[in-house]
Amino acid sequence: MSPVNAVVRRELGSYFATPVAYVFLVIFLVLAGILTFYVGDFYERGQADLQPFFVMHPWLYLILVPAITMRMWAEETKGGTLELLLTLPLTLWQAMLGKFLAAWLFIGLALALTFPIWITVNYLGAPDNGVILAGYLGSWLMAGNFIAIGACLSALTRSQVVAFILTALVCVLLILAGQPQVLDFFQGALPRRLINAVAHLSMLRHFEAISRGVLDLRDLLYFVLSTLGWLVAGVLLLDLKRTR
Amino acid sequence: MIETDKLTRCYGNLTAVDALSIRVEPGQVLGLLGPNGAGKSTAMRMIAGFLVPTSGSARVCGYDAMREPLKAKRALGYLPEGAPSYGEMTVREFLQFIVRIRGLRGEAGYRRMDAVVQQLQLDEVLGLGIDTLSKGLRRRVGLAQAILHDPPVLMLDEPTDGLDPNQKHAVRQLIDMMARDRTILISTHLLEEVHALCNRVVIIARGKLLADATPAELEARSRYHGAVSFSAPGSGMSQEMLGRLPQVAGVEIDPLDGRVTVFPKPGERILEPVERLLQEQGLEVSEIQLERGRLDEVFRQITSGEEVGRGVAA
Repeated sequence: MSPVNAVVRRELGSYFATPVAYVFLVIFLVLAGILTFYVGDFYERGQADLQPFFVMHPWLYLILVPAITMRMWAEETKGGTLELLLTLPLTLWQAMLGKFLAAWLFIGLALALTFPIWITVNYLGAPDNGVILAGYLGSWLMAGNFIAIGACLSALTRSQVVAFILTALVCVLLILAGQPQVLDFFQGALPRRLINAVAHLSMLRHFEAISRGVLDLRDLLYFVLSTLGWLVAGVLLLDLKRTR
Repeated sequence: MIETDKLTRCYGNLTAVDALSIRVEPGQVLGLLGPNGAGKSTAMRMIAGFLVPTSGSARVCGYDAMREPLKAKRALGYLPEGAPSYGEMTVREFLQFIVRIRGLRGEAGYRRMDAVVQQLQLDEVLGLGIDTLSKGLRRRVGLAQAILHDPPVLMLDEPTDGLDPNQKHAVRQLIDMMARDRTILISTHLLEEVHALCNRVVIIARGKLLADATPAELEARSRYHGAVSFSAPGSGMSQEMLGRLPQVAGVEIDPLDGRVTVFPKPGERILEPVERLLQEQGLEVSEIQLERGRLDEVFRQITSGEEVGRGVAA
């Protein structure tokens, strides 16, 4: 697994070699704070938990994850380094996995840096830290899913802007899929079974379940399988590029 | 060793590489020559395992580039066209990345990296970002990347493109030094490079193999091969006389500098008779030269498929 390791280190290094990493971290932390305290009514709720914090994460990721993943393959394709990378002794899978893990670890770092909020809530009250841990886990899994989508769509194009927009679009669809407004819209047009299926595709539904502290295997599987699926699709896309 | 067997690659209706079969043995430096768009880079990309051939196959050290890609890639050092590298990294970070991904571990990895940095004179720029380097330096970083694992097979796509004459010389020395027991395939459109580096030349155009020979054999195809040229004031007089020599096929005078070129009939040696005639005529000749043949002319002749002038076309 040494090639994966090498790719992870290279990718992480390149995040921090450019301002991308720092800009991301600052924006993520500032937005997470603002959204939690002002939009989420953290104090006014009078409850010692981090629900208002986690509820905002899908929307944060919606903007910030595509910004990280858009360059993943598009930049390599455009800059010609794809040819260098793919003629080194590693498989497409290892390259994809390395890039995915680097981005995922990076988001993990961003999440870890939100620890002051956790300290705050523990200082103010006596929250259930198990639920909070589940919330972090769910958030990280969801971020992984977003990253996999971004990685796949970045392999589709050589334009980073296109990769960003496509990723954000797919992510917003997956977030909203389970919302009552969306489901109501299709109520008359689609059979009930299909609507239920769409509702189950919703990332929000699975994330909310986990972040309430309910670790259901189905929710975990949803994220793991969906992430793997997008990564496989990305590898297939890259492979297709070599034959076209 | 590099072998390709009817290697073919199509882009839609365009056939970029057309049933190319070549075989490069250890100790050979094969120059892949061709006009722009001839399919040189496409062929190399298939050998390196980056592109999938439409049909046919390529093998590196006996490993099929598609069926056993990792083994083939381990045996190969490859410099892609334009020497791409990660601009945001420093030279040191980039080479360390290659060391890691190639699985060169610990002490051996460091020693190998030091040696390559020495060879390519990169020590002064190790800490600089690749984006800030000149074109020539970036090319050398690309070369360093290609030879870092000391591969038995080396494939370089235009290795000296963008280098100044001194750097070109250094890179050629390096390739020359590596050539002894390795298989080297370079693509180039610089004909001087063929002289300086290659002991075999393959010319392709529109994806097809058109010639496979040594540089000397190619030169022998030139109508200038065996021709004698000299500069002499007032040589207009001699043109007629030279033309009357039995071994001579024709005489041309360069309208710009007045240099006289005498072409032999096929298989004839004309240096001596020409010299003798000039002496008899009492013509002062500042310098006289026996031509080896002009590669650029042969190149044009082969790739454009047209006869260049009259004389000895093989």
